[in-house]
Amino acid sequence: MTVELGHIALIIALCLACIQAVVPMVGSFSGYTHWMRVGHSMAVGQFVFVALSFACLTAAFIQDDFSVAYVANNSNTLLPLQFKISAVWGAHEGSLLLWALILSGWSTAVALCSGKLPLILSARVLSVLGAISVGFALFLLLTSNPFDRILPIPPLEGGDLNPLLQDFGLIVHPPMLYMGYVGFSVPFAFAIAALIGGQFDSAWARWSRPWINIAWVFLTIGISLGSWWAYYELGWGGWWFWDPVENASFMPWLAGTALMHSIAATEKRGVFRSWTLLLAILTFSLSLLGTFLVRSGILTSVHAFASDPERGIFILIFLGIVVGGSLLLFALRGPTMRSVTTYSGWSRETMLLINNVFLVSSMAMILIGTLYPLLADVLDMGKISVGPPYFNIFFVPLMSGLMICLGFAGFTRWKNTEGRALLHKGVIPSIVSLVMAFVLPMFMVDKLSWSNYSLTAVVTLLLVLWVVTMSLEDLWLKSRGKLSSLRGLSGSYWGMLVAHIGLAVCALGVGLSTAYDAQTDLRMLPGDKTELGGYQFQFVGVERVQGPNFIAYRGNVEVKSGGELIVRLSPEKRNYTSGGQVMTEADIDGQLHRDLYVSLGEPLGNQAWAIRFQVKPFVRCIWLGGLLIGLGGLLAALDKRYRRRRLRKGADESSGGLVFE
Amino acid sequence: MRLRWSMGLAVALFTSVLFGSENLVEFSDESLRSRYQTLITELRCPKCQNQNLADSNAPISKDLREEIQRMLEQKMSDREIKYHLTSRYSEFILYRPDVNKTTYLLWGSPFAILLIGLLAALRLNRRNKIDVGSLDKTVIDQESRIAELLKSGEDDK
Amino acid sequence: MKVVGGLFLNRLALFLPLVLFAALTIVLLLGLDKDPSELPSVLVGEPFPSFSLPALHDADKTLDERDVIGEVVLVNIWATWCFACRIEHAMLNQLAEQGVKVIGLNYKDNREAAITWLNERGDPYAFSVFDERGRLGIDLGVYGAPETYLLDATGTIRHRRVGVVDDRVWNNEFRDLYAQLMAVQR
Repeated sequence: MTVELGHIALIIALCLACIQAVVPMVGSFSGYTHWMRVGHSMAVGQFVFVALSFACLTAAFIQDDFSVAYVANNSNTLLPLQFKISAVWGAHEGSLLLWALILSGWSTAVALCSGKLPLILSARVLSVLGAISVGFALFLLLTSNPFDRILPIPPLEGGDLNPLLQDFGLIVHPPMLYMGYVGFSVPFAFAIAALIGGQFDSAWARWSRPWINIAWVFLTIGISLGSWWAYYELGWGGWWFWDPVENASFMPWLAGTALMHSIAATEKRGVFRSWTLLLAILTFSLSLLGTFLVRSGILTSVHAFASDPERGIFILIFLGIVVGGSLLLFALRGPTMRSVTTYSGWSRETMLLINNVFLVSSMAMILIGTLYPLLADVLDMGKISVGPPYFNIFFVPLMSGLMICLGFAGFTRWKNTEGRALLHKGVIPSIVSLVMAFVLPMFMVDKLSWSNYSLTAVVTLLLVLWVVTMSLEDLWLKSRGKLSSLRGLSGSYWGMLVAHIGLAVCALGVGLSTAYDAQTDLRMLPGDKTELGGYQFQFVGVERVQGPNFIAYRGNVEVKSGGELIVRLSPEKRNYTSGGQVMTEADIDGQLHRDLYVSLGEPLGNQAWAIRFQVKPFVRCIWLGGLLIGLGGLLAALDKRYRRRRLRKGADESSGGLVFE
Repeated sequence: MRLRWSMGLAVALFTSVLFGSENLVEFSDESLRSRYQTLITELRCPKCQNQNLADSNAPISKDLREEIQRMLEQKMSDREIKYHLTSRYSEFILYRPDVNKTTYLLWGSPFAILLIGLLAALRLNRRNKIDVGSLDKTVIDQESRIAELLKSGEDDK
Repeated sequence: MKVVGGLFLNRLALFLPLVLFAALTIVLLLGLDKDPSELPSVLVGEPFPSFSLPALHDADKTLDERDVIGEVVLVNIWATWCFACRIEHAMLNQLAEQGVKVIGLNYKDNREAAITWLNERGDPYAFSVFDERGRLGIDLGVYGAPETYLLDATGTIRHRRVGVVDDRVWNNEFRDLYAQLMAVQR
């Protein structure tokens, strides 16, 4: 009964979304205020019904209702409760329902926070969001209904949730990621509303900025979590594979980052108006494209959902309508007049533009690399693969260029910054980072020789120290060396600072873990020892253990440093009873400056096992950096100016020019 | 040497000392090992869903790893090894596609996009500069003052 | 005039994203029909690779490519651990009865298990090559059993099928080509 209730709730939500899409838009053209207000209540109502539907599906999982096909395929009685709940979004249908839930959640947030907006604008924004909801609700009901029953004879026991997904990572990663993906529908809707209304003043930019920040924070954290999850769960110590599905989440992030920066210039200075509009459309379009790539089976990926061409066609049509429609609107109504305001030299406008060039080029490169195998196949040029070597070759230099520019971020001013003044400010940081970057790698290895002096480490440290010292110099100058004046700096300034340093920390992790990664695959008998990266590993043995829904071999490895026992690691090889899948569960001892990573391979007979030992210096900085970047976005979003109605006049000039101001 | 502890990597990073344990893959010459590692990370498992030979547990990956090891021992160059494999499994298994007429667009477009982007940014910048120079100073001042006024008025709304 | 022309060009530039998106959509639409996991067959048109491996039924007898080359023949890669091979087996028996010469390549298998399997299910193969380590498999670019190759009388590979050969596949991919090659051979 609950299941039918969920199904009906979803249908009602679809009806409400239809009203939300049509009535306010019609009202906005004919000037019926009552019609325009309809969208607000519809958004809330839609949220209530999608939430009800979601709750019903969750209940079906908790009650092991295997008459529901989706539950039967993705859960079983032995599954621990927390995984029964997270299994709701463990596969295609449920994750789509989660997407719909989050979309209606964002719409409701817009409806509730739109008090200060002109009614005509909020009506149009909600109408656009409603139209997107219609698409997803139809997609759910027509091609991917999670409430389909297996009748008349339901199975007694379910299949199982993919063991890879039976993990804390799955509980948090997809919701975070979707919050980000879907959150970009709000600036998208603002951009469409601006295009429909033909008003491109800085107002739409100001209103959509906090939404962009929040969505971006979620996406940042979602991607970091995903990378961390892949690192400890896939079992081989990789943290980014340039897999199509990862790229699908990374492209909106890059476009969203570019949007965050360019909209600052649009809001403050009225420049780059059509570019910012285009980025707002592009960011959400890339989220939709990601959905298409992941769910259509068009590309091979380790994480792809079970594919179905029918779904592929549906999303493609949806994508064509939403993206094609908005780009057509952009082409017909986008602003062609250049803004009156001017800027020159190394002004902040110029730097933001260069930042956008790097970010959007990276995004375009990833898009081309991801889709190229498909293009080659379609044009009958053969099957090719584009993998990590390709992406790294381009991405690393592009990001390096970005980081060099990023050092100047705080110092630039709107309209005009004197190039010479900027260079002067760079003198001390460049000396400090140059010296440190060449000296520090000498201390990272015991016996220095040409063969182990890592150039990768030098370049990494150079860029990281450059960004950090420049940021700190800027902070020093702004606070005039006084702690008390730190409080006077705005939230957006702190946000910028923290996010930029976060990027540096992330780059530190990427560069140093690549440069000093130590790894060895060994055949070990109980009692065997090995030494790697200054640590002694001793293999004690393997025992059999029984988990809730798996049987595992659990290895026991003692790690010593300088004769002292640091940690016992117990990597597992799990055999899930229901599906027979074998999973490598690595064990990790993580500290800020290094991870010890041990994974159990195959048994080699006579008690011998294949074991992979890895020492990964600073790898944790990658995700710490990701969290800092997210924190920066949060600080910027919480800036008082978004909450206060009256703004400090001329704040952008007096506080020394802040990117997020 | 006080920094030593902080790096936590005191002893030689690139070799591992073995006591009783054996390397899973043995080479007559240890210098082959790094080439082996690079090859198996840059070659794709033909059967799997987007995994390289190093990370894949599929039997075919195991066979191909052994094949690569054998070819390395026969003193074949990386190029010859890749050719040997692509003539059987096609270009599909190369994660770093060769530069040829199929892939000119792939390898060329990132450069082109960056170049176009930078040129466009430069052009926009210069155009704005010329505007400043070519217009009468007072006109600009008036215009920007109007813009400021409009803006502050709107801020106060 | 100049300003109007500039505006027109600016407006035209705004159409660029739409055009790029349209091109992307077409690629995606065409891509939906493609199977991304299927590898192209590089060896089609190439001679059957040379090898030297024991026969399945007689460990002392060594076979090489000369035993395969000479007439139009199907080479089928099979193994007892391969589930799809069970489905395919009846079709192969049927083809053998119709007079098609089929050579087996027993791929990474256990000799006794393979012989037992053939005794139970019937042996459609003129003979089976025993490739315990999968060496010939690698030379053929095999990435999963079953696979089937059609060779002409000169030993050139003319067609390759990855996956099960059933009635439909035979009629669509093999039958005409086989008949044609047989006609040339006679």
